[in-house]
Amino acid sequence: MRAFFILLARNRLALAGGVVLALVVTLALVTPLLPLANPDVTDTSNRFRPIFSEGALLGTDHLGRDLLSRLLWGTRLSLAVGFAAAIFAASIGAAIGIIAGFYGGRTDNVIMRGVDMLMAFPYILLALAIVAALGPGLFNALIAVSAVNVPFFARNIRGITVGIAHKEFVDAARLAGLSNTRIILSEILPNVVPVIVIAMSTTIGWMILETAGLSFLGLGSQPPQADLGSMLGEARSALITNPHTSVVPGVMILVIVMSINLLGDGVRDALDPRLKSGALTRPMAATLVDRQGPVPEPTGKGLLEVQGLKTEFHVKDRIYRAVGGVDLHVEKGECLGIIGESGSGKSVTALSLMGLVASPPGVITAGAAHYDGEDLIGAPYPRLRDMRGRNVAYIFQDPLATLHPLYRVGDQLIEAIRAHRPISRAEGRAKAVELLEAVRIPNPEQRVSDYPHEMSGGMRQRIGIAMALANDPDIIIADEPTTALDVTVQAQVLTILDDLRRSRGLAIVFITHDFGVVAQLCDRVAVMYAGRIVEEGTTAEILDFPRHPYTARLMACVPELGGGKRRLEAIPGLPPVVDRLPPGCAFAERCLKARPDCRKGEIPLEPLGRRRIRCLYPEDESREVAQ
Amino acid sequence: MTGYILKRLLSAIPVLLGITVIVFLIMALIPGDPATAILGSYATPENVEKLNRDLGLDKTLVQQYFIWLGNMAQGDFGTSFALNRPVLDEVLERFNATLVLAGTAFVLCSLLGILAGVISAANQYGWADRAITFVVLLGISIPSFFLGMMMILFFAVNLRLFPVSGMWPIYGARDLSALISHLTMPALALAVVATGVIARLSRSAMLEVLRQDFIRTARAKGVHERGVIWRHALKAAMVSIIPVLGIQAGFVLSGAVYIEIVFQWPGVGRMLVDAILKRDILLVQGGVVFVAACYVLFNIMVDVAQSLLDPRIKT
Repeated sequence: MRAFFILLARNRLALAGGVVLALVVTLALVTPLLPLANPDVTDTSNRFRPIFSEGALLGTDHLGRDLLSRLLWGTRLSLAVGFAAAIFAASIGAAIGIIAGFYGGRTDNVIMRGVDMLMAFPYILLALAIVAALGPGLFNALIAVSAVNVPFFARNIRGITVGIAHKEFVDAARLAGLSNTRIILSEILPNVVPVIVIAMSTTIGWMILETAGLSFLGLGSQPPQADLGSMLGEARSALITNPHTSVVPGVMILVIVMSINLLGDGVRDALDPRLKSGALTRPMAATLVDRQGPVPEPTGKGLLEVQGLKTEFHVKDRIYRAVGGVDLHVEKGECLGIIGESGSGKSVTALSLMGLVASPPGVITAGAAHYDGEDLIGAPYPRLRDMRGRNVAYIFQDPLATLHPLYRVGDQLIEAIRAHRPISRAEGRAKAVELLEAVRIPNPEQRVSDYPHEMSGGMRQRIGIAMALANDPDIIIADEPTTALDVTVQAQVLTILDDLRRSRGLAIVFITHDFGVVAQLCDRVAVMYAGRIVEEGTTAEILDFPRHPYTARLMACVPELGGGKRRLEAIPGLPPVVDRLPPGCAFAERCLKARPDCRKGEIPLEPLGRRRIRCLYPEDESREVAQ
Repeated sequence: MTGYILKRLLSAIPVLLGITVIVFLIMALIPGDPATAILGSYATPENVEKLNRDLGLDKTLVQQYFIWLGNMAQGDFGTSFALNRPVLDEVLERFNATLVLAGTAFVLCSLLGILAGVISAANQYGWADRAITFVVLLGISIPSFFLGMMMILFFAVNLRLFPVSGMWPIYGARDLSALISHLTMPALALAVVATGVIARLSRSAMLEVLRQDFIRTARAKGVHERGVIWRHALKAAMVSIIPVLGIQAGFVLSGAVYIEIVFQWPGVGRMLVDAILKRDILLVQGGVVFVAACYVLFNIMVDVAQSLLDPRIKT
């Protein structure tokens, strides 16, 4: 609760709204105590006196009544009616919603059908019909406005109640023999009250507007009593000659409703967990680059050379170092595997290359990625965009989420081509069919007009591959493209990729957590842990003799067909949180062989034979061989 | 598709019946005797009784409902006693004017609202976003009738850009340009609140969509940021924007009441307020049922539009 108020107060607009509203409410409360003229005493000799007149600060209206006094009394009335309508609507709506949600079944059905009927009406029309039946008058307007808002509350509260009614604590109360009424009052109600309050804070402004509207139409408060709406309604006939009589009540309604809306938005935002986590910030077109220190010069190793890449996530005042200085290279026609547990930074490494890490919160803080001598990290956005898909293409995991659900796959393929060169529709279609053939999709002529949801997972993944091939790129970065697929489909996809690599001379960076896939496809492999490479070398060497304890442990987790009674060793513990990495080896906490000096200083990635390894006490090759 | 439209039309029948029941029940709440209300307090008891019989008020509520429903089904909505004219004729004539006003306002608020929301989301926390957010907040907080009055004062009286009120010039040709000059202010005033609501929702729908994986795919393909926003993100966001357009259409249609009063627009809303003040019950009943039914049909069109946009909806 305190955290909520702190958040609310930090929102300056909400605070301003709260202050203004508090001021208006206080004024309305103390109105009877203020030395004001009687709001209803007419004085026709003093009609339409302007603002700042002697004895009438805001002037007088068409009957010579003091506008300031009428404004304050009117505000009092409008606020009272608005709040009353909100409370009525909320309590009746909540009662209906709780009953429908709690009892369920037929009760629920009948009630909710009724609510749906009410919601089928254009809103204000229903209020008009109710006022028509009850007759004009402020109390009747109040009833009408609350009545039309009841369905909104009923529906919201029902949804929440349905969720709560099947929770364990409610079952427990039932088993304890409590009556339904007791359960509703003691178990359900306390849990829905916050929802009611939020719903009220967002609708109360509307209710004040609507009651003012009915009064404006002459269907609410009747003379001489006047709320803000009827003041405005009465002033309308003198709008052109004496606008101040209209402006005064109109601006007051605006101020009240606006301050309520500001406060209501603040309340909603403060309670919305997605805003707090930054889940509603828009990722920019390219990852933010803020490199400290010198940019590494290319050494000409490989088609793509990554040096000292660091990518961080800046969330509030915490910094998560997802990638902490990665060096990689891949040659033309070569397949490099990057392997590691979830959260080891392998995907972020891959996405950083073409600036595809969501930013905010992602920031690339150091390093370079040279493609054919050109630094991708420092490239301006237009250049980067031009190279995306044309030089370096991506294949993503889970193609159901990564393909646009509302476009046909053919159109998505054509778009990939059109992003880089203009082609006619017919030509594009022919090329799309050709691409589908290349990834061995049966009936490509028909399939090209399918939507993603009409395809199987394996088929969609092949669409993803076809899309990556659309512009004949030199490098394909495949981010766990087979993880969501079953084993047979996985094998097909891998075969397709392998063939393409051989036939087109593609360089592939293949990210995975599956050693089987690495063995099948990759020439070299880099093992990542906590944002860094811990071991790198040819696939054969690393799979045969893992030298880093982490690689060894990771491989021990893989079940082997025909491997007999070998125990599957899970690695104890969890990878470290990357916003507070310990000094020394990040794996030391989980390593059986860790010694005191493993937890000190920086441990470099050093050559060991033909591989590179980041460990002070690598597994002994001779011992491995002996085993 | 035709099958889907038919299915939706069939499912509207119970809703339409429900609407008539609700309107009928609300009107049955009226305290006192409608005949006395029509004839005035000096009417003789015989006259009152005769009128009650003529109006069918001596029958039970259920009978009255079915008689009313049956008559409406045949296009007989009764006769307005104040105007001495068939209710349906009056409603149809007035509804035309409302449709012009509300239809224009609806198109305006949809286009402007979505535009503002997309620009806002695309420049989140930038100056355009801040400016739009502030204007939108102002828009949803200002009473449309007050805004309309201020527009009259400023644009019609001071700047003399538009006529003060009405739908047609009193003298002169009733052509399109005359209509547009009369329509501009009321349509804008009516559209403002809905524009604000749609802009807010579009902004948050866009922000939600922009974080999705398929947006990253579009960027990885090298699609221009313009295309990412307007083709990829907006199309996906429309799935959650369209239902809100349907709801806002209801607000625009019924909120026209205020605007019709302020701008002296000869629409169905002004007719209803007059009828309520004169206690012309049949006219109120007929008007409310008619407008509500139109709104139900409009919502079916919204559903159809949604199914055209989203192939995942089974039609």
